[in-house]
Amino acid sequence: MSEVTVGGVTAGGVSVGGVSVGGVTRAEYCVIACAEAWRGDGEVLASPMGPIPSTGARLARRTFSPELLLTDGEALLVGPDGAPEGWLPYRQHLALVTGGRRHVMMGASQIDRFGNQNISCVGDWERPTRQLLGVRGGPVNTVNNPVSYWVPRHSARVFVEKVDMIGGVGYDSAAAAGPTATRFHRIPRVVSNLGVFDFATEGHTMRLASLHPGVTVEEVVAATGFELVIPDDGVPYTREPSPAELELIREDLDPKGLRDREVRS
Amino acid sequence: MGDKTMTADEAVSRLESGMTLGVGGWGSRRKPMALVRALLRTAITDLTVVAYGGPDVGMLAAAGRIRKLVAPFATLDSIPLEPHFRTARESGSLELMEIDEAMFMWGLRAAANRLPFLPVRAGIGSDVMRVNPGLRTITSPYEDESTGLRETFVAMPALRLDAALVHLNRADRAGNGQYLGPDPYFDDLFCEAARTAYVSCERIVDTAELTKAAPPQTLLVKRLNVSGVVEAPGGAHFTSCVPDHDRDEAFQRLYASMPWPEFAERFLGGDEQTYRTAVRTWHEEQS
Repeated sequence: MSEVTVGGVTAGGVSVGGVSVGGVTRAEYCVIACAEAWRGDGEVLASPMGPIPSTGARLARRTFSPELLLTDGEALLVGPDGAPEGWLPYRQHLALVTGGRRHVMMGASQIDRFGNQNISCVGDWERPTRQLLGVRGGPVNTVNNPVSYWVPRHSARVFVEKVDMIGGVGYDSAAAAGPTATRFHRIPRVVSNLGVFDFATEGHTMRLASLHPGVTVEEVVAATGFELVIPDDGVPYTREPSPAELELIREDLDPKGLRDREVRS
Repeated sequence: MGDKTMTADEAVSRLESGMTLGVGGWGSRRKPMALVRALLRTAITDLTVVAYGGPDVGMLAAAGRIRKLVAPFATLDSIPLEPHFRTARESGSLELMEIDEAMFMWGLRAAANRLPFLPVRAGIGSDVMRVNPGLRTITSPYEDESTGLRETFVAMPALRLDAALVHLNRADRAGNGQYLGPDPYFDDLFCEAARTAYVSCERIVDTAELTKAAPPQTLLVKRLNVSGVVEAPGGAHFTSCVPDHDRDEAFQRLYASMPWPEFAERFLGGDEQTYRTAVRTWHEEQS
């Protein structure tokens, strides 16, 4: 992941077919960062949760990862035009998870430095101060197929020292549980509205992998409730969208601009 | 073939306090709400409810009928958090066996197959193990071909049900149930895991009618697993039951925002017909 300049693209402005289409929004960098999660995954199911990951997955499929499979959010596998190409009811979806041919991007109400994730409840589990969804499929997902995360509002309340209830298994928890948990465990990336994070460190603790243009390292550090690994040799920017990608996002994949409601510039 | 048709009130009269009750559907999708509403008209309580939770869980919890809930989540889908499930949890009034979605499925499958448990690669490494200290693990008797290891799995205990409640699109009088939407959810599995099962449906039709316009694989629930059939048009309301009806989003928003005592008084005080009239009146007031 390095700063990429694509013909005619400069920080903050893009020209499509010679016509300026204005600055790239933060939400659009987020779409690109999410899309990149599925690069090179091959013929697997991409399961995005939320508007921006969904736009990212569809962008990846339409461009650099054409083999990806996507659902309609219900029980159908659909092509880029929305036409069904397969059937995936929940029972088969859960089997597909354990077969491993899937890369999901889940949300996180809390996530810690090892990638433990919580969407279950805040506070003491016995009597939570704030009940959330429940663990849902986090436990089975994280020890069977690659799991990335998406956090639209990066804050120290989300990026916490320790999560209150581990649903999605992080690297330390998997290691402590043994080979059954570590065998297929992988967290390729965490994308937030501020940047991209991974666990490519010696102790599998979270590292700042790229900053979305316009964001500083200091901002990220201030909004993170634990000590992030910041590479000594500098942090790259999340790559720029190509003009064709921008056009695809704006005209085709998300013409209503749901992305801008999820992440404001 | 025996005629198993009965009213919703007759169906729930077969249930007892203290039972373990499975509820089909998923979140706010094809929930047997007419049966749940009938259940709320009885004094049955102290239930262990087993569900991919939606407003079924919310209403039963709000009415104080649940002693223990077995679930991976409770949600209204388009409204992420189930309000009454939240209240019950935050007041500490709900005992919870919180397990993963796949563990839940394997628990039902174990029960359906008359097995005490099934091994799963799920839960291990997560706090599902911490909050369910009764969960045991089991080491494979076989060495893995690629790793040479004998892996240790969670032994997901069977989720045996005293009774299952499900809502389908069609059924015949004998209890053969048909789904016409895109997802069967786990309604067949709930019925197979239960000693008794009650199927409500949008419409009861002749057996021959079931496969006139739909392929045989839509016949999800078999009569040998079914104790009673209830015709309940709109019986999933306000959850979705496609293609018969979508979720009633406006009414779901009302359910999620109205204090429970008010909601119960306005909509749940009478029988199913009274409920439907009250819903129609509310919609008319909105337009």
